[in-house]
This record gives sequence, C-alpha cells and structure tokens, in this order.
Amino acid sequence: MKETLGTTGLVMNEPLLWEKGGKGRCGFSMPRRDVEPSPIDEGLVGPVPDFPELSEVDVVRHYTRLSQWNYGVDTGMYPLGSCTMKYNPKVNEKYAGLPGFAGAHPLLPPSMVQGALKLMYDLERFLSEITGMDATTLQPAAGAQGELTGTMLIYAFLRSKGEHRSKFLIPDTAHGTNPASVSLCDFHPIPVKSNEDGILSPEAVAEVMDEDVAGILVTNPNTLGLFEENIREISEIVHGKGGLVYCDGANMNAVMGIVEMGKIGVDVMHLNLHKTFSTPHGGGGPGSGPVCVKKHLEPFLPVPRVVQEGETYRLSSDYPQSIGKVHGFYGNFGVMIRAYSYILSMGPDNLKKASQLAVLNANYIKESLKAVFNLPYDRPCMHECVFSDKRQNVHKITTLDMAKRLIDCGFHPPTIYFPLVVAGAIMVEPTESESKETLDEFIETCKAIANEAEEDPDALHAAPKNAKVQRLDEVTAARQPCLAD
Amino acid sequence: MKSIDELNLPEGCRYAEDHEWAKLEGDKVRVGLDDYAQDQLQAIVYVELPQVGDSFKKGEPFGVVESVKAVVDCYMPVGGEIIAVNTALVDSPQLVNESPYDEGWMIDIKPTDLTEMDTLYTRESIKEATLKRMEEEDQ
Amino acid sequence: MRYLPHTDDDISAMLKVVGVDNLEELFSTVPGDCLKKEPLNLSDPLTEWELNQHMASLTANMATMPEYKVFVGAGSYEHFVPSSVMSLLGRSEFVTSYTPYQPEVSQGTLQGIFEYQTLICRLLGMEVANASMYDGASALAEGLLMAARITKRKKVAISRLIHPHHRDVVKTYLWPTGYEVLELPYSEDGKTDLSALGGMDELAAVAIQSPNFFGCVEDLTALHQKASGQGALSIVSFTEALAYGLLRNPGSYEANIVCGEGQSMGIPQSFGGPSLGIFASRMEYVRNMPGRLVGKTVDQAGRQGFVLTLATREQHIRRERATSNICTNQGLCALGAAMYMASLGKYGLRELAKLNYDKAEYLKRRLRESGLKIRFDSPTFNEFVVEFPRDFGDTYRRLLDQKIVAGLALAPYYPELANHYLMGVTETKTQEDIDTLVKGIES
Repeated sequence: MKETLGTTGLVMNEPLLWEKGGKGRCGFSMPRRDVEPSPIDEGLVGPVPDFPELSEVDVVRHYTRLSQWNYGVDTGMYPLGSCTMKYNPKVNEKYAGLPGFAGAHPLLPPSMVQGALKLMYDLERFLSEITGMDATTLQPAAGAQGELTGTMLIYAFLRSKGEHRSKFLIPDTAHGTNPASVSLCDFHPIPVKSNEDGILSPEAVAEVMDEDVAGILVTNPNTLGLFEENIREISEIVHGKGGLVYCDGANMNAVMGIVEMGKIGVDVMHLNLHKTFSTPHGGGGPGSGPVCVKKHLEPFLPVPRVVQEGETYRLSSDYPQSIGKVHGFYGNFGVMIRAYSYILSMGPDNLKKASQLAVLNANYIKESLKAVFNLPYDRPCMHECVFSDKRQNVHKITTLDMAKRLIDCGFHPPTIYFPLVVAGAIMVEPTESESKETLDEFIETCKAIANEAEEDPDALHAAPKNAKVQRLDEVTAARQPCLAD
Repeated sequence: MKSIDELNLPEGCRYAEDHEWAKLEGDKVRVGLDDYAQDQLQAIVYVELPQVGDSFKKGEPFGVVESVKAVVDCYMPVGGEIIAVNTALVDSPQLVNESPYDEGWMIDIKPTDLTEMDTLYTRESIKEATLKRMEEEDQ
Repeated sequence: MRYLPHTDDDISAMLKVVGVDNLEELFSTVPGDCLKKEPLNLSDPLTEWELNQHMASLTANMATMPEYKVFVGAGSYEHFVPSSVMSLLGRSEFVTSYTPYQPEVSQGTLQGIFEYQTLICRLLGMEVANASMYDGASALAEGLLMAARITKRKKVAISRLIHPHHRDVVKTYLWPTGYEVLELPYSEDGKTDLSALGGMDELAAVAIQSPNFFGCVEDLTALHQKASGQGALSIVSFTEALAYGLLRNPGSYEANIVCGEGQSMGIPQSFGGPSLGIFASRMEYVRNMPGRLVGKTVDQAGRQGFVLTLATREQHIRRERATSNICTNQGLCALGAAMYMASLGKYGLRELAKLNYDKAEYLKRRLRESGLKIRFDSPTFNEFVVEFPRDFGDTYRRLLDQKIVAGLALAPYYPELANHYLMGVTETKTQEDIDTLVKGIES
C-alpha cells in the first residue's frame, strides 16, 4: 500500500486520575470565604470522598493527553452510517457559550429570558417548515427520547378516542431504539420484512396491519440508505385501519427541502439535531431529539410549550391533553442554540444543497466501490450506502478486519454489522462535509484494503497497529466486568 | 465457524430446533446448548439460569445465554420441573463453549411427559437440518 | 457556503461517475408526489458577522450573573466553572467524536468515562455508575422502571418532596406501562412522611430525594429499612450533587439505586440543559441497569485499555427487551463533570461544599434576624423555605427591578405553601450580595 493518511505520531501514556497527583494539591480557585463557618450536625457529615489531588497543570495534561487518543470529525472523515457525522461549525460553539445563554437559570420569570424563549419558538417553526409538519416540541434530549415521546403521542391520541391498541409495526431494517421505544409504551413490536429491493412493500404492511395495530415506525430514508418509495400507499393502508405513521427522521439529512414529510402521510416524526443539524456528538451526547407532528397530535405535545403573545414569549402548561413532561426543564437548550445557528447560517437553499451533496457523495462512493465490495442492493441510494464483506470472506477476512485496517490508514470506520438484514454490513455515510479529494482518498484506501485482503490477509487480522491500543479483550471485559476502580 | 463435519453432535442426545440438546439420564433429562449453538455465539460471557423448583412447558424459555454482542433465549426441549441447575456456569460461563455436553450442561428436568423426547431431532436429523440452515445462510 | 466544499467541477465529475446529469436526478427513486415543490420558507443565510449581532441581541436581555443576583436553585444551580474545565472540554477530539464503538480510536473518551464512573461511585458510595442518562428526571424514571423489572412488581412510591418536574417526568414515563405511582406526603419538619408506607403493599421501589426540594436532608436510614422491609428497593435521588461533598453518601445508607442531576458538577445552567443524569447502583443489579457502561480490559499486547461492555442489556442488541431505549446520552457533560471533580479534588470538594452550606446558613440566620420564619427546622443544604408576609409579591417585583431574584415562589407547586419561597445560595454569592438581598427584603 502507498503511504496513507494515517501514520504514527507521538502520543503520551497517561495513568488514571487517581494514579497521579500529590497530597494537598487542588486545581480549583476556591472562592473567598467571607462568612463564618456554621455548625452542622456531625451525624449528617460523611467522610471526604476519595477523589484525586491534582494541580491545574496535572488536570490539563491529563485530559489533553486523553483527547489525543480520540478520533473526531475535526481529525478526518467519519463515515459512520446512520450517524451523520458532518462538520460541527465552530461558531455554533461560541453562541452556546455566550454568558446570556450558558448562565441562564431555567426558572426565571419570562420577562427575563425573552431571548431564549424567542430562540426556541423560532427553532420550532424552522423545524416544522423543514419537515412540512404543523408543530414541534424541542423537549426530548435525544433521538430515542424523541421516539418515546412520539410513540406516547400516538398512545395518547388513541386513548383520547377510547382505543387501546397493543401492537406496533417495525420494519426489519429498524434501529434498535425503535422496538425498545415502542415497548416502553407497552406496544408489542411486530416485524415487517422489507422486500428484495430493500424497501417495504404495501402488501407486506397490509398483511400485518389490523385494528389492533397502533401504527408503523418507518425510518425514511431507511437504514439501507433507500427511500421508502411506497410510503404514501403504506400510510393509506395504516390510516385506513385507524393507525398512525411515525417516521424516524434520523436520516433527514438526505431530504431537506426535497421531501415534505407532512405531505406524504407522516403523522409524527423526530429529528436528531446532532445528526442533520450539525450539533456535535460529544463522544456519546448530548444530543437533541425534537418531535414534529401534524395538527391532530399537537394537543398531546409535552409541556410547557413556548407561546407568543404580541412581541413577547412565555411558557404555557395549559394543555389538558398533554402527555406531560419528558425532561426536567425544556430539553437540551445548549444543543438547540447550535442547530438554530446552523439553520440561520445555511438558509433555505444551502440546506437543500447540503442534502443534495450528501446524496451525491454517497452515490459516488457506492459507484466507486461496488467493484471491490459486494453491494447487496444495487440501486440509487440516498445519503448512505451499504456494502458487505461477502467477497472478502473467501480470504477469511471480515468486515471487522477491514474496519480496523481503515483506522491504520487514517479513517474512522463506517458503521459495521448494521443494518441486521445484511450479513457483515459496511454502512458508509460520507455526509456533505467531505470534499471530492477526501472521498477519492477514502475510495483508494478501501480498494487497497480489498487488495490486501487477497494478498496479505494477516496484515488485516493484526490491524490496527497505528492506534494507541490494539484490539481489546472484550470477552474478559464482559466476563469479569471492571466498571470502576 | 465450524463446518458441518467439524460439529460434535454426540449419539445418545436428542436435539431441539434452537439447538438445545437433551439427554435422558435415569428418570431425569439433562439439557444444554449443542456444539453448533455455542460455536455460533462464540465466547459466552454470561448464563442466566432458572430457579430449582420452577416449572416450564416444552418450548418455553428457561434461561438466557449471552456472548459479547449477542443474546439468545434457551427453550425447554421437554416440559417439566427444574430439579438442578449448573451453578458452575455463573462464574465460568465459558464451560458452555469448552465442554458443551459435559461440564457445560445447564439444567436437569423432571419431565412431565417423556414422550416429548421422541418429538426432538436425532443426531442424524439435526445434522441434516443444520446443513440446510448453513446452506441457506450462505446464499 | 463555507461548510460545503464542492466546486462546480467536482460536482460535474462526480455526477458523471454516478451516471446522472444533475443533482435533481439523484432523487429519481423518490416518487414525484413525494417531492417538495416550493423552496423552504426560511430567511436568507446570515453571515457570521450578522449572526454575531443577532445572537448578541437575543442574549442582551437575559438575566444572568454577574449583573443579576439569582437566589434560585430548584434543580439548577449557579456554580463557578474553572476556565481550565471549559477549555479542556472544548477540545474538538472530545466534542466531535461519536459514541466510542471503535475503542482503538476512542480511548480518550473511554478512559474519561471510566474515570467518571469511578468518581461518581466514590461520591455516592455506590458500586457501579453508568456513563450517564439525559438528566436527573429521566434518571429517576429509569430507576423506578429498573426496580419494577427486578422486583417484578408494578407499584412505586415517590416522595412529594422530589422535584415537582422530576415527578412529572416519572408520571409521563410510567403512564403507558400501567404502573401505579403513589405519592408520599411530607411532615411538618420538611421531610418525607414515611409512615404513609404502612398502607402501601407490593411496592417495587420507594424513592426519596435528599436533599429534597425544600433543601432538607432526609432520613435515609429509615428509607432503606422501610423499603427493604417491604421487599421494595430504596432509591435516593438528588438535584444538588455537591451536597455529597459534605453529607454522608446514600451508599452508606445501603440505598439500592441512586440517581440524580449532576449539573452542579461543572456544567453551565444553560436554561436547563444539557445537564447530566447520574445513575448508580449495586453490582448485583448491573444487568438490569439502563445506559452504557465502560469497562477496563487489556489489548492484544497486554496494555491497559477500555471498552464499552455488558452491551447485551442495550437496545442495539436486546431491542424490545432492552433495559432502556437510551442510545445517545450526555457523554460530554459526564466528561466535564469528571474534569470538574478532578480539579476540585478531595479537599477542594469538601471545602466548596462547606462554603455553600455556610453561605446558605448565613442567609438563613440573617432572615431569621429580620423576623422572618424559616418554615422547616430540619438541616438543609444550599436551599431552604422562607415564609414571607402576604404582600411580599410587591417586594419581589421591586427586587427584580434591582436585578435581584429573591427565590422561587412555591405556591404553583405546593398550593398549601402560599407566600413561601425557596431560597437558593451557592458560592457565587458574596456576603455583600446576601446582605443586599436581606436589606431589600427588609425595606
């Protein structure tokens, strides 16, 4: 292989926090003690927690070294399918950190927080417009909580009509959160098989749809990166039996300004601001999972809701049919600021362009790599494409081996072994942030790895070699869990 | 993964659809996971067993086996009362991988209806069914 | 647009490889009646410099420190956050990475979360803590669901002195499951009245917040005794994590599950979120816990490393039978909390907690000296309830004009407590700030 993007560099070893430091050190500027100590009942006082003792320099070195063991979007291409790891604009971070936002207490009188309320009100309107839905709640803290909220809205809607249905349809390409979310609402998930083209057929839905089914949870575009072409017909079938259509909007990045979800039969959907709307993933969160609904579900949205009265805004909980609250306050406001900043920076035309380029990038990768990797569904894709390791299996090389080898070459691996309908899946979502040069480099690297799979399979089994650590013993970690020191 | 000829499917055991084995020992039936099941799961990290005294019907789940990235239910090959469980699996779940038919046994059942044993696969018929399954998955 | 790198030439070359003539044609699989006809009705893009102005106008009238003196806690606490923590947490390797599914290139996040789990265990006296939940409210709801799974019972009792919003979230989460939520009343001393448990049977869990919504420290010995006596799990929640820098931790009272809000640990208030849902329990229950867990292990060369582990509990493997549907959590906030706890260290934590206690006690004393009634006698941390004269509303509004927020009116949450306010004081208030507040209340 020619020289790759990935190389070795000096990173430091760094022990655990409590393995360094010295007695009496403190990394915190203790506020002045300007009041006398007050007595406290000794029975209430506990021993001092066994925390490390570190200077500010100790702490700074520690976390700087740790950070250098991580790969981020700012490091390079992060083609994780279904995760939309697009560029996270720096200016968004600045706005989230403005003292007027970052320092705001959530229970201040409305007159003192007008800026925050206006931002939330406007963001709700923007998201309703982008999805073509009628109303939005920003309260859910992540996509899965959005799913739970959306499913509860359906539950509440049906209950208000005196109905208690027990089943929910979930396609076999679904995210794991989908069945988990509907079960929290006491619905029994019923799987629906996708057809040979990788999408749902109206017949398959009609076969399992009956008056005990509350609704269907469709990811559109789906996790194979394909648009559910029959969505309108499917919606009619589900609506015909009194059910509702939930769209998992995790893949909205493919269709902003292109498909209006509200017009194709969707009753409720969630968005992931940490995917489509450029907010960073933070190594696991925080995210934000707004839920957008059509008019008939609006009365059930979580409270409080932001309402506008003339030029001012206030919070209202006066919605008797509301499902209640899903967050201690109003959701992840700091994440909302970033998404709001992104939408204002992009404007309508660039949002649409972003979706077009995301789809262009995915199709470009699909066409460029289908000669080396098996492509189970060879059709035009949306923002991501799914390959498999079938051709490499004959050389005893798996998706995992190739993923680990990509690390050595300087790329974050794609999503692997998902969706479950493709054995050995390799799910690539480049996003619109990657330039043609970067994609070409990724494509060349993948081709070189496919070549190595034939000629030097051992190199792949041993990968990664350039990372801070090699493959880790996950079996021992699970058999004898060490979860805290 | 093992090929069909590498699989150890001993004579004297009967086999269920989901690859539990059942072996009549006196008046009790001893049950575990067969070689195919343990090989598919790879390194087993956790086994959840029922309480002695529990009763289940044939086909009902009695326990759970987990590897790092998969989890499967284990089903009763024949109905009856649980009269013993292999507590060694709590600390050494790898016994299911290392010795599926001996040290890796899971439960002993006092069967309610011994004729249920006759509905299970024999060594030959499970081998045939497994081969068919392997061929399907290969496509 | 500076975030979109494609030149016209790039686009043409790529379209050619794909085999279509223009960008619209990429969407040929979308049926015509699904396509949006009109452009999005949003305003034209703003430049960075215009957006700076716009954001400045939005924040201009937000009431925040140092200009405003806000004496309100109630689930969101104003604490100083060191610049070092903000700076480290802003490192893009932490900010722009995904969930650490590829451990070889995520050791920074993984070790950071392992350290967080350990520090939380040490703070709360528990054996295992997860990598975070969304916030204190959903952590409590998930704790109750976990107890129901373990005990196979369908009824829970929660104190009326748990944060009212957290109780609301619990009710929302438990509503479709058909589980019954019973509320425990409070006594004249500002603590939960556990005697009400006598009439409740078949409980999965008994949950109490300590310090509770009134700031009072609860009797956790009695909680665990009564709960376990009925075969229920004891759950301790909290909204002010800093309290456990001073108070005996819930683990020492044998609590089965401890969950709460960790915003106090170095996370900006940010109008209520993102914050940090802390969740801890005992090893015997680990397989019933919701959320991600990081474990220590070794790599092929025998070097120490960290991985996500016990993932079979989670939605991506166990699907509808998962312990929770949570996927994305509050990872970066957890990392920030660990940085904050590491910066404070043992004695810093104790000193800061005691300083918070002392400042609140100082305000309490001053108000008593002004002839006001501190409603509940029990010891408190950071917050306490004051009964004001009936016309206090006018004073409250006058103080707002002076940029002082004199507590939170309790009547909307507890109708029986008209004219009662929940006062909150942290280390960010100087003695002078407190004196000014008291003077304003007196005049």
